[in-house]
Amino acid sequence: MPETIQPAQLVGSNPIRKEGRAKVLGQARYVDDITMPEMWYGATVRSNIARGRILSISFPPEIPWHEFTIVSAKDIPGENTIVHLTKDHPCLAAEYINHPDEPILLLAHPDKRVLPAAVAAVKIEYEVYPAVFTIEESEAEDGPQVWNPNPADVAHHHHLKNTFKTYLLQNGDPDEAFAAADFIIEGEYHTGAQEQLYIENNGIIGEYLGDEGVKVQGSMQCPYYVVHALELVFDLPREKCRVIQTETGGAFGGKEDFPSVIASHAALLAMKCGHPVKICYDRGEDMVGTTKRHPSRTRHRTAVSKDGRILGGTIDFAIDGGAYATLSPVVLSRGTIHAAGPYHWPHLIVRAKAMATNIAPHGAFRGFGAPQSLFALERHMDKIAGVLGLTPEEFRRRNFLKTGDQTATGQHLLEPVDMQALLTRALKEADYHAKIARYAESNKTDPIKRGLGFASFFHGSGFTGSGERRLNSLVEIDLTPDGRPRVLMGSTEFGQGTNTVISQVAAQALNLPYEAIVIAQPDTGHVPDSGPTVASRTTMVVGKLVERASRSLCLTLTNSGYVPRGYTPEEFQAGAIAYLAEHGECKVSARYEPVGEIFWDDEKYKGDAYPAYAWAVYVAEVAVDTRTYQATVTDFHALQEVGKVLHPILAEGQIQGGVAQGIGYAIYEKCEYKNGRMMNNQMTNYIMPTSADLPPIHVHFEETPSVQGAFGAKGIGELPMDGPAPAILNAVLNATGIAFNTIPLLPEDIFERMTRTSDTGSEALEPAVDRDTRVEAEVVA
Amino acid sequence: MIELNINGKPYTVDVPPMKRLLDVLREDLHLTGVKEGCGEGECGSCSVLFDGVLANSCLIPVLQAEGVEIGTIEGVAIGEQLAPIQQCFLEEGGAQCGICTPGMILATKHLLDKYPQPTLPQIQEGLAGNLCRCTGYSRIFAAVEAAAKLA
Ligand code: FES
Ligand code: FES
Repeated sequence: MPETIQPAQLVGSNPIRKEGRAKVLGQARYVDDITMPEMWYGATVRSNIARGRILSISFPPEIPWHEFTIVSAKDIPGENTIVHLTKDHPCLAAEYINHPDEPILLLAHPDKRVLPAAVAAVKIEYEVYPAVFTIEESEAEDGPQVWNPNPADVAHHHHLKNTFKTYLLQNGDPDEAFAAADFIIEGEYHTGAQEQLYIENNGIIGEYLGDEGVKVQGSMQCPYYVVHALELVFDLPREKCRVIQTETGGAFGGKEDFPSVIASHAALLAMKCGHPVKICYDRGEDMVGTTKRHPSRTRHRTAVSKDGRILGGTIDFAIDGGAYATLSPVVLSRGTIHAAGPYHWPHLIVRAKAMATNIAPHGAFRGFGAPQSLFALERHMDKIAGVLGLTPEEFRRRNFLKTGDQTATGQHLLEPVDMQALLTRALKEADYHAKIARYAESNKTDPIKRGLGFASFFHGSGFTGSGERRLNSLVEIDLTPDGRPRVLMGSTEFGQGTNTVISQVAAQALNLPYEAIVIAQPDTGHVPDSGPTVASRTTMVVGKLVERASRSLCLTLTNSGYVPRGYTPEEFQAGAIAYLAEHGECKVSARYEPVGEIFWDDEKYKGDAYPAYAWAVYVAEVAVDTRTYQATVTDFHALQEVGKVLHPILAEGQIQGGVAQGIGYAIYEKCEYKNGRMMNNQMTNYIMPTSADLPPIHVHFEETPSVQGAFGAKGIGELPMDGPAPAILNAVLNATGIAFNTIPLLPEDIFERMTRTSDTGSEALEPAVDRDTRVEAEVVA
Repeated sequence: MIELNINGKPYTVDVPPMKRLLDVLREDLHLTGVKEGCGEGECGSCSVLFDGVLANSCLIPVLQAEGVEIGTIEGVAIGEQLAPIQQCFLEEGGAQCGICTPGMILATKHLLDKYPQPTLPQIQEGLAGNLCRCTGYSRIFAAVEAAAKLA
């Protein structure tokens, strides 16, 4: 690869990762690599019950408590809340406990080795209340009410008990469809919790700087979310809450909402002890105490005609939000919109709800609700095809959305969509037809049953509906003293390639070499709020802002006369230095503006749900060993249309990483709970795929540039999480003839179904019977 | 006092003999390229070379490291010059968030010492003790293959 790539070809080429050199040298500084003079260490005392009231807290004399700083809810100068969308989530539990491992006290000490014994020594007595651990227990009419900030609401709307949020997406009248249907097909689908399992745990260093306010630095996706949380906890104005992102070792959504908690904790300890305080969780604490993917239950009822057309349907989508609302309403929203998939529904109702349980709050994880509802949909599509006697391919072909159609929210698809062609190409790349014919033969005798399955799906890029307008993101570019453009934004790098892709966009727009671009460290003291680094929005939305700001920098400098038109990199740099000498500084900015008309009605849930969509067909090949009951994925093809691919190597890596997480979600990763507490909170018993577990993951792109994104790009970050699980379970059905409707699908589940004598285990099974891997399971720890 | 030999240089540390080698490297010697991902021998982000063999430094009391040649990521590059393995990780996209990367590079070094031209199954097995949550491993395999070609 050449060191310097000509600007003309920058977008679409593969310059080396901006911060890559530091990473391969082991010189990149993650939060736990940073120490400060006089720094202390913090630890968290947590509840060991799921729900109840604190009766007393005592400190046994064997610990020299005078050496420690102890923070409780009483020490919070502002509001005792971690704000996301509502204020139900306390920073520290003051009286009531709503989930196991809920933070109650914070301890700090100069020697981190003495902290575990001190944490264990604190004695807390509780009055224990009944708790709920599943969606079913949460919605049960005679069960306890575990969440509602306003009891009067429940008195009036009994169905709202324990409900964080509901949505109703209605398009036409499904009853008409059911009346006209040749077949009505029902199914129920479940997905489990999933741990993000970034290899770097959550960690933050907090400082209290007196009149200057609080300062925190650490591992995170969204510095401005943390600013917002600190403002309330410390009752300080925004400019006195400074947040800096350090190199971040993976996030996947797991560092979207949670850093607000640990940052508040570290800063509270720092305020009280007068030292910088570092809190870095170990793996066990990170896994029990931080957010995971929402478990879900989806019920489909679909009306179809005998020629294989969807006439209409209802989808009931429920997610388990855990003990506090955190981001559940928005996760639910994305799940609701994606529940309909890339199909045409003449009549559709989606009823969605997020329920409270006494489990640690569930939060953001790559895909954000879509992997759950798309798993259900794509399993259900195969089920319907089976009932109709059509192939999964043919049934989908008769119902795909196409350019100009309306989605379930009534959005007109103005940019080109060609699911038919994507499906044709994906099946061809995977050699699907020849292989299923061959395996149908070999499966008759071979104890290893092989099969292929696929999922067709879409993923919306950017915030839902009016979200981008509300975010009102801002990007700035200034000049460094040596005349290089420096991009200032709150958007963060955590492995996905933000720094690299944004540099490519800026370099291309400025007609400068990639190496000339500087990305400022995300520090809210210096960078503007370009919105959170989530929702597959950074390349598309922030990239577009960087493109616009770059053009305006170019104009500013050329109009000033310091930089000639048609400049060389050297002329640009010399002119920039001259401009700075004259004016002292040069800063341009670009603020979000919708591209074209975007209409969204939050009340009715109608309109343009996302500025753009990525479209995909994923094909999985599996082998199920009928002697060990182990399913493995033996080959995987991921085809997607994602607009212009700005950096093919990074993009391929994103897709492969997401597919690997999707394979884990489908057949390896199970969170085992007992009384609401995760029991397998170690890497030794929570099993993520290793290099020996994964198949070759072939990545294929179609590129149809979108007007929405920088140089035609659309978002790709979350997309690859959506397709693997349904594709794999559809492949297991193809291999074994058994329909599994719950993930994760582990060998014990396959064993149970293959050895069950009462029936054949076909699609005719009562959906309610196939609920074999529920969230709450008995664990032999 | 415990004497250590790290990346060919002698060090003397005054630490409890049961202190984990991982913590001695990070805290006492400020060699923070070695990372802690799990603390129980599962993730490989704390990998070091222990007399040339890949080992998890979170499981090794520093006492056991006396008299052993220890290699860490800080000893892989030659001055400012990246080693071929590092260059290949960079060019092939083998590092995303980078937290597993030091361990992966040492695992690759160990693998290529054993099998200069490894097959894909040998690569998969050789790296199976090093977890990566970002890449799905494919681009890491590509980096290893590219490094083997250069050798
Ligand atoms: S930290 Fe040593 S193997 Fe994970
Ligand atoms: S690159 Fe992030 S864990 Fe491997």
